[in-house]
Amino acid sequence: MSENASQPDLFSKFDPLIQQREALLASGVQDPFSLVMEKVLSPTRALCNGRETILLGTYNYMGMTFDPDVIAAGKQALDEFGSGTTGSRVLNGTYAGHRAVEEALKEFYGMDHAMVFSTGYQANLGIISTIAGKGDYIVLDIDSHASIWDGCKMGDAEVVPFRHNDIEAMEKRLKRIPEGAGKLVVLEGVYSMMGDIAPLKEMIAIAKANGAMVLVDEAHSMGFIGPNGRGVAEDQGVLDQVDFVIGTFSKSVGTVGGFCVSNHPKFEIMRLVCRPYVFTASLPPSVVATAATSIRKLMHGANKRAHLWENSRTLHAGLRALGFQLGTEVPQSAIIAVIMPDLERGAAMWEALLHEGLYVNLARPPATPAGMTLLRCSLCAEHSAEQVRTIIGMFERAGKAVGIIL
Amino acid sequence: MDRAQTDARIRGIIEPFNKKGIEISDGATFAGDFEFDSLTVMDFVAAIEDEFDIIISMNQQAEIENFGQLVDAVCKLQRD
Repeated sequence: MSENASQPDLFSKFDPLIQQREALLASGVQDPFSLVMEKVLSPTRALCNGRETILLGTYNYMGMTFDPDVIAAGKQALDEFGSGTTGSRVLNGTYAGHRAVEEALKEFYGMDHAMVFSTGYQANLGIISTIAGKGDYIVLDIDSHASIWDGCKMGDAEVVPFRHNDIEAMEKRLKRIPEGAGKLVVLEGVYSMMGDIAPLKEMIAIAKANGAMVLVDEAHSMGFIGPNGRGVAEDQGVLDQVDFVIGTFSKSVGTVGGFCVSNHPKFEIMRLVCRPYVFTASLPPSVVATAATSIRKLMHGANKRAHLWENSRTLHAGLRALGFQLGTEVPQSAIIAVIMPDLERGAAMWEALLHEGLYVNLARPPATPAGMTLLRCSLCAEHSAEQVRTIIGMFERAGKAVGIIL
Repeated sequence: MDRAQTDARIRGIIEPFNKKGIEISDGATFAGDFEFDSLTVMDFVAAIEDEFDIIISMNQQAEIENFGQLVDAVCKLQRD
């Protein structure tokens, strides 16, 4: 750049972010986006900076990452199938384990078809960009996850957002779509930033009445919301109305990968036309083996589900009583978002919690709605009641030290 | 509705969003002059859509940078 000052630097568009980051670090706080876990002791504890830390920002909702059966299945697959597939699902990358995990998903959701992607991001990217094409319309919530937006951007459909969880705004937009155009409504069960759920029952009824197909991302509800842990659509009694459920292995399932389940009779053609499925290597055998074992165990996780809800209610009530501003009036999921006044104090609070021995997610724009800075807490079924009490005490001390609460 | 009528109605809608009191001309840009952030854009677009009973998709929004282009787009969408 110095030798060629007249040429535009492609990185100059990042200057405002670089400056904001430098200003934040200059204030003396630790970089919230460069934390390293030196050792992970359990689904709820790790060593960070040499200190034992309670994990409250992992999405490891059901605590399956250290389940002995899950780990044994992974080790066996490593021994029997090797470390990786080195190939696409449509060429040399489909092993017995990939089929087995798709069978487990079909059983878990009670659906006819299941297709596994290498990440949850790719599942949304692939399905949305492939099924909604030129001349079709995608109607979606403005607070949708980045993978949904990127799926929209990658396809050729017209993209029409509506205000978060606003049933009437969604209906108006559906009714304005030209006659004969294909319509896809994209919703999430749990919105991961604030931890709130969608009124799926009402929204899906309107989508269907207006001739739209419905895709619901249940990434943050699988395993513990709904009588069988199938998600918010199941909980609200409308799962049979959902055309495509998108999910992930990187939260309740406890490994990595993404999927779509569907009853659409032509669904299998996706395996040939969906580029993020075709043009990437499939998941390693150990990963699909751990996922399949975990999914089958989640089918019988009623007790863990009950304890997770108890944890969520206790933490929500405790933080509220301390005077923190939370993302929802009542706990609606295993995510509790603590709203910070600004990025500077959010980062200071994050660091104070880390010193207390607690890890939470610092979330900030553009990932967050309305430019908010959030400390996002995600609970685990393996957090003990005592750990949750300890966490509330840590929030109290850190909040007072930073001046967030009185 | 002709262009002048559409223009006048959009001027009425933009008023509460025009917090800095920027003078409205065809060349006034939403990002640069009005300094709309993404949330304001969504609310403003929703208000226009409701007023004229049209859809301005994100794809179409990407082509609209200034006030004059918006008036032209709304005129066209009403004809379609």
